[in-house]
Amino acid sequence: MEVRVIAPNGTIGAGYKEKSLERGIALKPHVIACDGGSTDSGPSYLGSGTPKSSRQAVKRDLRYMFLGREELGVPLIIGSCGTSGADVGVDWVRDICLEIAAEENLHFKLAVIKSDQNKEYLKKKLKEGRIKPLTPAPEISESIIDKASRIVGVMGYEQIDRALSEGAEVILAGRATDTALFAAIPLRMGADPGPTWHMAKTIECGAACAVVPAADGMYAVIKDNEFTIEPLDLESRVTPLTVASHMLYENSSPFLLREPGGWLDTTNSQYKAIDDRSVSVSGSVFRKAETYTIKLEAAELIGYQSIIIGGIRDPYIIRRLDELIPFLQGYFKLKVRKLFEGKVKKKDYKLHFRIYGRDGVMGPYEPLKDNVGHEVGILITVTAKTQQLASDIAKFVAWMSAHVPIPEWQGIISSIAYPFSPPEIERGAVYRFSLNHVVEPDNPLEMFRFNYEEV
Amino acid sequence: MKNIKTLGELAKIIRSKNAGPFAITFDIMFATEKDYNLVVKSNILTVERFSNLFNIPPEDIQFYLVKNAYAIKISMPRPYFQGDLEDGDNYAGQQYPPLIGIEIPGT
Repeated sequence: MEVRVIAPNGTIGAGYKEKSLERGIALKPHVIACDGGSTDSGPSYLGSGTPKSSRQAVKRDLRYMFLGREELGVPLIIGSCGTSGADVGVDWVRDICLEIAAEENLHFKLAVIKSDQNKEYLKKKLKEGRIKPLTPAPEISESIIDKASRIVGVMGYEQIDRALSEGAEVILAGRATDTALFAAIPLRMGADPGPTWHMAKTIECGAACAVVPAADGMYAVIKDNEFTIEPLDLESRVTPLTVASHMLYENSSPFLLREPGGWLDTTNSQYKAIDDRSVSVSGSVFRKAETYTIKLEAAELIGYQSIIIGGIRDPYIIRRLDELIPFLQGYFKLKVRKLFEGKVKKKDYKLHFRIYGRDGVMGPYEPLKDNVGHEVGILITVTAKTQQLASDIAKFVAWMSAHVPIPEWQGIISSIAYPFSPPEIERGAVYRFSLNHVVEPDNPLEMFRFNYEEV
Repeated sequence: MKNIKTLGELAKIIRSKNAGPFAITFDIMFATEKDYNLVVKSNILTVERFSNLFNIPPEDIQFYLVKNAYAIKISMPRPYFQGDLEDGDNYAGQQYPPLIGIEIPGT
């Protein structure tokens, strides 16, 4: 028995080559799957529920997948819809799919699996001691759960398998492990879990492990205890080294990958070239976990932001930055209180100075922070509970920061070069990731909601 | 004068990246087994070296030798969680430069 899988792209909306997908369809895969999201772009997408890709780009990439699916009559599985995989993201992708179906006159059974979490359920689990921290994890409490703008659970293959059992032909999943989308059909067909999960990990980023890495598709075949993989683009190739290296990408461990139900272990995997553009992999194992866990991702609104960008060239100011910034912090604390007549307290806003050319990129990890050049960039961030307050404070901070007296000069100077007028820029709502925890559910399905419709 | 090579000259790629929103991972990869062995045997890239370079406790560092990818991988907590107010590198993509200039003896 062999199971054939294609990933048209590493993520929806990145724009794969039509010719590559055409070849993928001609190879008659048992499933077409594609990932639509990640936490990698930051907490804003989960917090606000807005997607990273444009609607047009997502629609273009999805259209050819739908047409390919129609030709083959195999399932199309899309995960982490709308970047964050939040319910609003799934609705957004569903709407695009219905539009494509209407335009192309396509009919199918659609499953939508939603992963936003009920806060009362999570608080109950917390009380029962069935929410566990990963390393490193922020604090967790009932109030942290309450404060989150949005919390999603990351589903595995079990939830997708349920939708397939119900006869779903197209599955739009909320937040899901990238791998589960590709593993679900092979596992249903009885493929060996070791090579299946390793195939899934390798294919999920599309042609990211190809030479040269590309936003394009990949093709994999699982047979017995091994899988083979190649790029869909015939001008592209993979080598044993690039496939082995891919286990390292965006993963803490190069040998272990966690899924809700266990771990993929590639410690003893063997990578072999089949020809000059494809590779076979054997020796991968899947180890079942004692406890089934669902990872949580949460984003919390921390306020609204206005920022100020400038540069400093005066060596006397640059050498005094370590004293000037704390001085300004103290100065503004008093001034803001006075200016807003006591109505704005220290806890209502945060003022942060970042110095590029010193430690702006690496912060506390910067080993060369004493090695400051002849010019530095300064980024001042004001974060407050409303946009109005952030901007009101930023206007004042931009003005006053540019006239800091230093003892080397007698009289007033302009100490920051601002490229813009006005210098302050509104950035809107800002979020932070507030959980790195797993839940132990009573069963794999209870944290997710399933809806089926005939399109 | 002996011409000692740096890690930047020996590696085919040195990169850093988020491993989830709470950890950073560094991948140092070599084109050949020879270069990989040279760096591993030099004993220059160690947990202690990372601990000193980035000023973090050694117990927070995971260190892996990945022979079949000719790679050395190091993972550790982010200085700030991704996207937090103080975080300056959303993708943790520019945290590797201190590794470039590390000199490898025996080259």
